[in-house]
Amino acid sequence: MPINILMPALSPTMERGNLAKWLKKEGDKVKSGDVLAEIETDKATMEVEAVDEGVLGKILIAEGTNDVAVNEPIAVLLEEGEDASAASAPAAKPAEKAPATADAGKSSPAAAEAPEPTAAPAPAAPAPAAPKLNGLGAKVFASPLARRIAKERGIDLSSITGSGPHGRVVKKDVENARPGTGAGAPASGGGQFGFPLMPDDKIRALFEPGSYDVIPHDGMRKTIASRMQQSKVVVPHYYLAVDVDLDALLKMREEMNSYAPMSDGKPVWRLSVNDFIIKALALTLKKHPEANASWTEGGMLRHKGVDIGVAVAIPDGLITPIIRNAHEKALPDISMEMSSLAKRARERKLKPHEYQGGTTAISNLGMYGVKHFTAVVNPPHSTILAVAAGEKRAVVRNDQIVIATQMTATISCDHRVLDGAESAQLMQTFKGYVEKPVGLVM
Amino acid sequence: MADNQFDIIIIGGGPGGYVAAIRAAQLGFKVAVAEREHLGGICSNWGCIPTKALLRSAEVYHYFHQAKNYGLAVEKPSFDLKAIVQRSRGIAGQMNTGVQFLFKKNKITTIWGDAKITKVGEITVTAPTKGVLGPPVEAPKGALGAGTYKAAHIIVATGARPRVLPGLEPDKKQVWTYFEAMNPESFPKSLLVIGSGAIGVEFASFYKTMGADVTVVEVLPQILPVEDADIAAFARKQFEKQGIKILTGAKVAKLDKAKDSVTATIEVGGKTETITAEKVISAVGVVGNIENIGLEAVGVKTDRGVVVTDGYGRTNVKGIYAIGDVAGPPMLAHKAEHEGVTCVEAIKGLKVHALDKNKVPGCTYCHPQIASVGLTEAKAKEQGREVKIGRFPFIGNGKAIALGEPEGLCKTIFDAKTGELLGAHLSGAEVTELIQGFVVAMNCETTEEELMHTIFPHPTLSETMKESVLDAYGRVLNM
Repeated sequence: MPINILMPALSPTMERGNLAKWLKKEGDKVKSGDVLAEIETDKATMEVEAVDEGVLGKILIAEGTNDVAVNEPIAVLLEEGEDASAASAPAAKPAEKAPATADAGKSSPAAAEAPEPTAAPAPAAPAPAAPKLNGLGAKVFASPLARRIAKERGIDLSSITGSGPHGRVVKKDVENARPGTGAGAPASGGGQFGFPLMPDDKIRALFEPGSYDVIPHDGMRKTIASRMQQSKVVVPHYYLAVDVDLDALLKMREEMNSYAPMSDGKPVWRLSVNDFIIKALALTLKKHPEANASWTEGGMLRHKGVDIGVAVAIPDGLITPIIRNAHEKALPDISMEMSSLAKRARERKLKPHEYQGGTTAISNLGMYGVKHFTAVVNPPHSTILAVAAGEKRAVVRNDQIVIATQMTATISCDHRVLDGAESAQLMQTFKGYVEKPVGLVM
Repeated sequence: MADNQFDIIIIGGGPGGYVAAIRAAQLGFKVAVAEREHLGGICSNWGCIPTKALLRSAEVYHYFHQAKNYGLAVEKPSFDLKAIVQRSRGIAGQMNTGVQFLFKKNKITTIWGDAKITKVGEITVTAPTKGVLGPPVEAPKGALGAGTYKAAHIIVATGARPRVLPGLEPDKKQVWTYFEAMNPESFPKSLLVIGSGAIGVEFASFYKTMGADVTVVEVLPQILPVEDADIAAFARKQFEKQGIKILTGAKVAKLDKAKDSVTATIEVGGKTETITAEKVISAVGVVGNIENIGLEAVGVKTDRGVVVTDGYGRTNVKGIYAIGDVAGPPMLAHKAEHEGVTCVEAIKGLKVHALDKNKVPGCTYCHPQIASVGLTEAKAKEQGREVKIGRFPFIGNGKAIALGEPEGLCKTIFDAKTGELLGAHLSGAEVTELIQGFVVAMNCETTEEELMHTIFPHPTLSETMKESVLDAYGRVLNM
């Protein structure tokens, strides 16, 4: 019997993804574990592996198709001896073995929640996405037209205040919302934060026609725009900067690197300053559990482990892979894990569980010679550490001007979660770990 | 509260005014309606309802002539004009009594007479000018009379009257408006209808069916000017098949009256021609009744014959509202009713939505019937929208064929990008009863997808609606 290969859910929240590329073509023999296709989500490109053996009978969703709904049939797999004509339409009954899995999807609750297709849906007309649950577990009521416009513009319906009957989200509400955010128009009376920005046509009117190119937003750009804007609108930020001496840390780094085991004539690991900072921040937060927390309306989430997201710049964007339980890991382990994550981030090969979550983050622009900067908290984190360049400075010690290598580290804090004195103490602890780095290996 | 003091006074007891009054009473307001002649207004007394009664007679008469097609025999069908008109007037009377009953039930006070706003919050009522539209009407039992009345909110719902063009002034004898046309003393052998809007074509249809020689003159290039061009062209073909003579892009320059006829000089396509008919109906539109009700005294802003309002019936003067025809087009009873309800609910402070004129359906009861809602294809394109158009003819519908009414067309217009239903336009049997399906769909903001997923019962004319939607997306089944 032909088996439908379904669009996999790569993460619990994934509703749709882009079918980036087919790696097999119609008629190709496929065995379990073969990579069939690449799926692109807002942050990563994932591989879809075959679970069954057979022949790829029919590709239903062409590569380059955006916004394919999770669980929509994307191809039909034929078993031995089955005729290709049987594959002209998706298999009538979803095969029990489908969907094809991607590693990350295995434990995904989304797969269980997603509606089960009961008959072969027309490939061109995917069923409308099931109503999304918002944080309070309430169903989002929206008119079909509102849903469609929201989908087109990348607007999250769950954050729009509906002005229709019983709070139903209608066309007008979506049209008044800003793409990428979903923050409702203040006019709809929902008490939402934020203000409508200038409409696109007004912005364009400020420039000579033809004097610019329009680059469509990809999923990553939309996500960054939406999350950062939400953060700046919702999270009450404040910033504390400290100057930290690096000389001891640099010395220890050199010594430790000289002990790195070799393989094929190359060291297996090479500690960077950033690896030390990851460990230092992890231990700091472990000492200040009140800062290792997330704001929720119902109560503060105080996290038991310290999971640190590290911002990695990649072409056209940014992603923050996460070192989990960094406080428990040895520096060489952190270093090796970070190299692997950064490499795969640049290739857009990270799996969602490798970049989703985290309890804080580090943004390090030191390599660009930046002297000082502040970063935007990425909720549900409550802090982010902005690390600037280490440089030799003239400092006064015991009334003497001496040369010291220093860097400026600035923490951005969510004032809903922690207050100024708390973060000041936090930065004292951090400074201590960096300036007396032996604490990082004890 | 003193006897002459109300929360809300509504001037005019037509479909806008009387419905607003009922809603106001439901919301607990003390409410009065000032009316000079007919509770229920033009709609019940001289418009929608009595004309539907006449057209029903014409329809049955038409079927008498078609009897053979259905295997029936009717010998020499004939009619009694007096009885037809009497039936129509009787139904109008029943409507009128119905409104009086509703007022009583809802404890709405009637003030009988000509009302005028003297200042914000106050009207004066004088004895009614008798017989503005028809024979003198007695005040309903229990109605208050001349005097001064006060209310925090005054809603102007004075309606509209036929537009009069110079040279085409109605004289009640040979040049009729709809009043005479629905109350004729004798049946005219020939008739010239000036104007091809809803009123014009309904009377053209009625008199043609009853055997008159009918010519319709329209100044614009298209009959039924507010309708979609495809529908107008379809209807025109049907009218002409019935023998109605139609001149478009034609202007009546003058009317010369003889003893028993009127000769119209008509400029059409750079030439002049004359048409002689026994009677002329001037159906060149209606204008709002904004005069002599004191709007100037309180400084209410008007524009081109109608009161300027926001989407909730509010005028520029606090405490003065306007709804229905007097508040501007589309001048339709159901639009007036809706505005009346919205206006009162907004006064109460309820959450209401402003009227979306694009979602006001229109129905014309000529043969074949016309019904539409939303944008025409031309309007949609004018707005720069990329559209998907569906068309389905009634000949592909089993029920239409069984009814012996295979002539009809259902056209739907979707936004190609979002699937929004922008407009629906129908002509054919019973389409005035079908259109609300599309109106509901538009109000619920459905896209083509939900319409395609909706099961339309078989066999019904409504299946043409679904087929038209399918056609817009290249999926039509029965064609």
